[in-house]
Amino acid sequence: MQILGLYNYWIFILLLAIGLYAVIVKSNYIKRMIGLAIFQAAVFLLFITMDKVEGGTAPIFTKYMVPGQLYANPLPQVLILTAIVVGISVTALGLAIAIRIKEEYGCVEEHETQRMDREP
Amino acid sequence: MNLLEQLPALQVVVPLLMAPLVAMLSGRGALPWLLTTLTSAASFVIAVLLTQQVLADGPLFYEMGGWSVPFGIGLAIGPFATLMLLVVTGASTLALLWGGASMDHEVGRSHLPLLYSSWLMALAGLLGIVVSGDAFNIFVFMEISSLASYVLVAAGPDRRALTATFKYLITGTVGATFYLIGVGYIYMMTGTLNLADMAARLGEVSELAPVLIATGFILVGLGLKAALFPMHAWMPNAYTFAPSAVAVFLAACSTKVALFVLIRFDFVVFQPNLAGHGLMFTSFLLPLCVAAFLVGSVIAVFESDLKRLLGYSSVAQIGYILLGASLLSAAGTTAAMLHMFNHALIKAALFMAAGALFLRYGSMRLSDLAGAGRAMPWTMAGFALAGLSLIGVPLTVGFISKWYLILAALEHGVGGAVLVGLILLSSLLAVIYIWKVIEVAYFREAVEGATVPAEAPVWMLSLLWLVVLGNFWFGIDPSLPLSLAGMEVPALLGGRP
Repeated sequence: MQILGLYNYWIFILLLAIGLYAVIVKSNYIKRMIGLAIFQAAVFLLFITMDKVEGGTAPIFTKYMVPGQLYANPLPQVLILTAIVVGISVTALGLAIAIRIKEEYGCVEEHETQRMDREP
Repeated sequence: MNLLEQLPALQVVVPLLMAPLVAMLSGRGALPWLLTTLTSAASFVIAVLLTQQVLADGPLFYEMGGWSVPFGIGLAIGPFATLMLLVVTGASTLALLWGGASMDHEVGRSHLPLLYSSWLMALAGLLGIVVSGDAFNIFVFMEISSLASYVLVAAGPDRRALTATFKYLITGTVGATFYLIGVGYIYMMTGTLNLADMAARLGEVSELAPVLIATGFILVGLGLKAALFPMHAWMPNAYTFAPSAVAVFLAACSTKVALFVLIRFDFVVFQPNLAGHGLMFTSFLLPLCVAAFLVGSVIAVFESDLKRLLGYSSVAQIGYILLGASLLSAAGTTAAMLHMFNHALIKAALFMAAGALFLRYGSMRLSDLAGAGRAMPWTMAGFALAGLSLIGVPLTVGFISKWYLILAALEHGVGGAVLVGLILLSSLLAVIYIWKVIEVAYFREAVEGATVPAEAPVWMLSLLWLVVLGNFWFGIDPSLPLSLAGMEVPALLGGRP
């Protein structure tokens, strides 16, 4: 059960591999951006998983807090909030560049842009 | 509140605050350029002041917002960091002073305020990486500087700048994400993000498998950012198609900042705590470094585009820098730090000369540059002298780096002697590829029918020659980088078992 109980980490590894595969193998710039987004999402999952405390609630400080109540570690959640913002910026910039490539080359396929670059 | 005490924070805050201001300016006058240059110069002054403080009183520690470390975010500026601050702010300021006119020419005025704003973001990000003592902060600053650099590279005049940027963006993001995974694993085991605290707590960790995984992710992630062979594929094209001034700035410092993090992370956090990690570090990096300077130099020999040639030469130089670090000795780390400083001087000069040629010839193909030695004698003379420095001729900074690197290698017996042979072989290859440019420029007749261009503007020339003189100044008297490196060595090697 140990292996199944860690299913969050398995999903992390799976997503990481799927994302990296798409980034490396795909030739379409949009698909590579999708791969990159999946790749980054995997890391968000890793951080969110590690802050979980068994039996813990959301880390919100209120007057209803029971003494001794366990709560999840808030720090990784905050880190990932920042990392998500970084991820969105990267995706936005990558897609913007893909649009500019489409304007200049008329396509978003890497093997075609490479072919056009080779021909003077 | 004493302003001098706030310098570590101001180093980052000044360019970061000026960036949105510059973005709001109108593109018509020279104001965006002027404001950016002044900001960059102010950062340089702050870096010089910090260097003086560190030289006088040793490493500086600063707590952001007064929150005590490790709960708040700490800034830590050692001698190595000040060396990097000088390199980054100096390269940015010189590139801006040099490249104002070429940016007008290559980018088009309407986009300039946004572009200069990105420039300041890139500067702030790079400085943030260097001053930060917090692993996650380093990630955020790394992404700030990278995102801004992607914009800068994409502004290049050729459409290939776009595909080059895309490759740069993908590689850079994968690298940064790998680094983040590594930091996550360490956080899992230690519960801290502050580098010094991490180093202290890692010793108490008994389950080392996640830490080993973290070392792998961090090494590879930062290797991607630093364009370490064989992860360099993004770099030559990014430098080739970026606007000339951006190429001067990025080539001089952006990959070195990733190397700085790599060296600091590994020497400070991992090596004192993991038995046998030093050996792993060496056996992983040393072959890659040797391959980097051999393969980089060989490709540069066969390259027919001047900026790409310089890009591949940078791949080789990164090999030298990390080779020094991977020897794990006082002499080796000194050589690495020296070469970071020296290579910035060399490559800034070479890219300035290449940029001036591009301004006049509109091409970087070696065959189009035939006769440039007669058409632009001052530019080519500067190139030739900086080329000598790249090769490592005595009296230049390149010689100082190679000298220390060879001394460090010779401490290792027979294997070291083989390394020295390989370093000399690679230097020989550098002679060939620099000579290839010299030969075309001085000894080949200009292309028939082509108009002979005028010499580069006096302003550009004077800055090029300033950097070339710097190559000789620090080649004859390397005491500044040497003393900073000498102060840092005990901190880097001190805690090792």
